[in-house]
Amino acid sequence: MENQMKLTPPPQSVISTAAVRLESQSVSIFYGEKEAVKNVDVSFKSNTVNALIGPSGCGKTTFLRAINRMHDLTPGARVTGKIMLDGNDLYGDGIDPVDVRRRIGMVFQKPNPFPTMSIYDNVAAGLKLAGERNKQKLDEVVERSLRGGALWDEVKDRLKAPGSSLSGGQQQRLCIARALAVDPEILLMDEPTSALDPQSTSRIEDLMETLKQQVTIVIVTHNMQQASRVSDTTSFFYVGDLVEHGVTSEMFTNPKDKRTEDYITGRFG
Amino acid sequence: MTRTDTMTKSISSGLTRTVSPARRAQNSIMFGLVALGTVIVLIPLALILFQVVYNGLRSINLDFFIKSERDMSMITGGGGVLNAIVGTLLMVAVALVIGLVVGIATGIFLSEYREHPLVGVVRVMSDVLTGIPAIVVGLVIYGLMITTKLPGYSGLAGGVALGLIMIPIIVRATEEVLKLVPTSIREAGLALGLPRWKVTMQIVLPAASTGIITGAILGVARVSGEAAPLLFTSFGNPDLATNLLQPMAALPSAVYSLAFKALTPAQNEQAWAGALVLLTIILISNILARFFSRPRSYRAPKANTAKT
Ligand SMILES: Nc1ncnc2c1ncn2[C@@H]1O[C@H](COP(=O)(O)OP(=O)(O)O)[C@@H](O)[C@H]1O
Ligand SMILES: [Mg+2]
Repeated sequence: MENQMKLTPPPQSVISTAAVRLESQSVSIFYGEKEAVKNVDVSFKSNTVNALIGPSGCGKTTFLRAINRMHDLTPGARVTGKIMLDGNDLYGDGIDPVDVRRRIGMVFQKPNPFPTMSIYDNVAAGLKLAGERNKQKLDEVVERSLRGGALWDEVKDRLKAPGSSLSGGQQQRLCIARALAVDPEILLMDEPTSALDPQSTSRIEDLMETLKQQVTIVIVTHNMQQASRVSDTTSFFYVGDLVEHGVTSEMFTNPKDKRTEDYITGRFG
Repeated sequence: MTRTDTMTKSISSGLTRTVSPARRAQNSIMFGLVALGTVIVLIPLALILFQVVYNGLRSINLDFFIKSERDMSMITGGGGVLNAIVGTLLMVAVALVIGLVVGIATGIFLSEYREHPLVGVVRVMSDVLTGIPAIVVGLVIYGLMITTKLPGYSGLAGGVALGLIMIPIIVRATEEVLKLVPTSIREAGLALGLPRWKVTMQIVLPAASTGIITGAILGVARVSGEAAPLLFTSFGNPDLATNLLQPMAALPSAVYSLAFKALTPAQNEQAWAGALVLLTIILISNILARFFSRPRSYRAPKANTAKT
């Protein structure tokens, strides 16, 4: 299509007609001299869930964090190439990384609610600290976001309780709600369920199906079943290279690269 | 095979066997040594507390708190140390403001801007400040604020001197406790599209507040007992003074003059009372700080209705 995807035209009409939202062009990422991600070209379409898979240490997290300019704060980290959001280079001149991060939310591997804040304040933090004072508006956003994170029913009676009083799975959904509260266009998730029990995991997987109505999701996962269950496209990373990118159902049934096949059939990783 | 066998055997026998008498003895000896060490540490503390409380309570009375050193009589004693109590409180308050503002700012700089080229220099300076004798700090302030008459002998100058002593204590506490705040918390804030300074001030700092308050307590406890830096900064004042631009008395120097310049046993005993008051102030500030350092941004969860 209009980008350099290495895949044959995907069969699902939803995917093929949707517009490209996020696109990386020749992205390489270095830690000092070490090249952790090598020359990656990939694009993600609007309202899809996109999985990044691959063995540990292959650069999935590194690539994900380049998308919201998280590397700006890592001493020695350097990103080359372009990452385009709706055609605008996020690394272009005059682009404010703070603005990039407001538009591209992130959920981390381990739930990390703000420790001194209540459930309510955790969700409201993004708006409150950006200067929003209107109590009614904040109440609305908190409720909408907690519903979005499928947590509202469980916490609506104790919004003033500390965020850290929730269970691990609830904390991770709180973090999703917190990210949703600032109304991001893209949601990055770095192995969001790897620290959770199976039940919490499946709740979050179910949630992704609804979330993609409003955001485009890029999710790193170690779990092949999870990738095949929740994602529309899958990108397989191997030692810094993007080996294969394609529609998930196709890639899992008919991988083109030997390494992809070995990985998804569990021969290594 | 044989190796595994012997291992299994020794493990299982180790589990059933009772502890050998030799090891039991070793255990008791070690425990005895630890207990002895604890007692040795506690003895001086108990002696100090007992002496101060016992002697202090004998001569303390209401006058002690509502009258000043001016009202003391060489023959009958009498009078009190209100001037010194108020002076110490005011000067420590000045010191606390200076210590908190400068100390927290510097601590944030050292912990949150580690990549900055000046961090090394600032850390060394803060460490050097820790080691400077209090009397030297007093001399420096004498040069800066007394000889220049800006504003001359005053509670303010005394407070600034105490503040200088407090700064490195709070710097260290702030830096250490900020480093304990997980990076993931900072990243969570940044990922919301918040600028770094807001993340630091409104998310990281509150998470570290308990530790910073503890540092401030240590600072208060340390400087309220300082006499040396006040000798030529706040100078001393037998009358009650609440104007920070006037010379002021302080408890440690009041204790000193009561103890060594006393002409009567009655006055000598008042030195103990002064020490008791000093100790109480330090104790109260500890309790207050503990009370305020409880996380208050949320209330404890009420009925835990939701399922986990
Ligand atoms: N902050 C860092 N500094 C230096 N090297 C790093 C840093 N973070 C990750 N790496 C290295 O980059 C490579 C990719 O890591 P990462 O992106 O975390 O892999 P993944 O998420 O796929 O497990 C690894 O070899 C890792 O050791
Ligand atoms: Mg990773």
